[in-house]
Amino acid sequence: MKIYVCVKHVPDTAAKISILDKTRIDERVTFIMNPYDENAVEEAVRLKDQFGETEVIAVTLGRQEAESTLRSALAMGADRGIFIKADENPDGMVTAKALKRAIDQDGKPDIIFTGKESIDSEGYQTMYRLAAGLGMPVVSNAVSFSLEQQKVIVECELEAGARAVIEMTLPCVIGTGKGLNKPNYPTLPAIMKARKKKIKQIDLNRLNLDKSDSRVDILELRPAVEERKAQKLDGSPEEVAAKIVRILHEEARVIP
Amino acid sequence: MQKIGVLIETKNGEVKKANYGVITAARSNACELYAFLLDGSGEAAKVSLQAYGIHRIIEISSDTGPVSRNPVLRARAVLDAMESLGIKVLLGLASIQGKDLLARIAAALDAPLILDCIAVNLAEHTVQKSQFSGKTIATLKVEGAFRIYGIRPNTIEATLSPSEAQVVAFPTVEKNADLTVNEIKQSSSGGIDLTEADVILSGGRGLENSENFSVLFECADVIGAAVGASRVAVDEGWVPYAMQVGQTGKTVCPKVYIACGISGSVQHFAGMKTAGMIIAINKDPEAAIVKKSDYFVIADLFKIVPVMTRHLKARIAD
Repeated sequence: MKIYVCVKHVPDTAAKISILDKTRIDERVTFIMNPYDENAVEEAVRLKDQFGETEVIAVTLGRQEAESTLRSALAMGADRGIFIKADENPDGMVTAKALKRAIDQDGKPDIIFTGKESIDSEGYQTMYRLAAGLGMPVVSNAVSFSLEQQKVIVECELEAGARAVIEMTLPCVIGTGKGLNKPNYPTLPAIMKARKKKIKQIDLNRLNLDKSDSRVDILELRPAVEERKAQKLDGSPEEVAAKIVRILHEEARVIP
Repeated sequence: MQKIGVLIETKNGEVKKANYGVITAARSNACELYAFLLDGSGEAAKVSLQAYGIHRIIEISSDTGPVSRNPVLRARAVLDAMESLGIKVLLGLASIQGKDLLARIAAALDAPLILDCIAVNLAEHTVQKSQFSGKTIATLKVEGAFRIYGIRPNTIEATLSPSEAQVVAFPTVEKNADLTVNEIKQSSSGGIDLTEADVILSGGRGLENSENFSVLFECADVIGAAVGASRVAVDEGWVPYAMQVGQTGKTVCPKVYIACGISGSVQHFAGMKTAGMIIAINKDPEAAIVKKSDYFVIADLFKIVPVMTRHLKARIAD
């Protein structure tokens, strides 16, 4: 089997995001592999352990720095990497087309894993576009996965904790959720070994993607303001509870 | 007049309240609003949909009745209707189901899609949405022959704008889908979805164990609230991952978020900072959540929440 895993280099969840020139963030912060992509890599590597004769290829698109996230995927157990180098962060449509083209040029995928969302642009759509481009079935938000005789059974999270049990045949595209597995963080020897694994670098411009009239551009970025005037509610438990109930009724109007 | 489509989400044959904010966002003087319904509830939904300004209700059906629960077939049915009616702009709820369906539709059309919009300007093709885990708000310009938008539930306030709606049948033929839905497993943890709840009671480290969460569930039950949790409570195995609010859990936007025994990390805030009101109950006056709340109580949650439950019960019984 050939399993491709798409990963993204994103600012750390705890990073303070500052805005430069109104449309970009200051990238001088710690970057990490998008948390949901860790579940994607983990699932692919587990399949390799389970089935043998499986190659796991991590793919990323980003600036030069993104290579470190690709190395992290290799340290987690991916066999080799494909690095699509870009000068800018393209929109979701371009990203998906670039990933498709790079994968097409590389081999015939049996499964493509991506994280269910990226925590930077919060687009929630790459896996669907990739699947549409490749003519494959797709699900996202997968929290359980099994493969038997070319048949994939996944459980996808729905509202209020319900799950859809979905069956597909290979090849397919799967967006992984947090509940799917617990990623194993790489050991030092694995990190050392990953340094020697191969990364194929492709320039985004060299992929010759078709020009499209559809696009999404950032006009402005601004910090999300969190202005709340914290007011203390004092008193005995009885008094405090009564105050909260009154606030829920009179101010928030969520109870009769 | 430009036609705008609104994909309506229903639950057990009823239009979910959160749709009305989406319709409000889609409305303008210069357009005709088409509501897409897939579950055969068109006539029943007419009164409420027209109250918010829908002009036509497109009752999409298959050869066997309502469109089946398969997301591929549902997306295809909506695409058929859009094509046949010449609709190029579609709005829907960015709920879990909406995110899936809208993404399938956008991918099939290779059209731009923005999910989790908190504001839209359809005339100027701009939207606002959170990025970087809610730390920034981006204004995006969307260009393309088709444009698809998912609105974050409860972020746009619904306002009435009565019109006369007509129900139009739109039969489609279901062809093979490339995946099958074998089963929908319902969860044991109640039926209120975190992302659509008006009130959320959420528990963190202060809950100490799984059993203690019953204190929150009992209170939530009285007022139809949902119960959420911080990452600590999920990682400790006290509650399932589906309840996690935060950066790597659910992003929620309730009218009121009551954080019980939650310190309020940056990552937790990423998931609930857009709540209409935040009430923090915490023993620790230094907890980060205290300063970022609207109201806070410095006390043991086990002393406060059960009393609240009693007061709420008395109030509801009246």
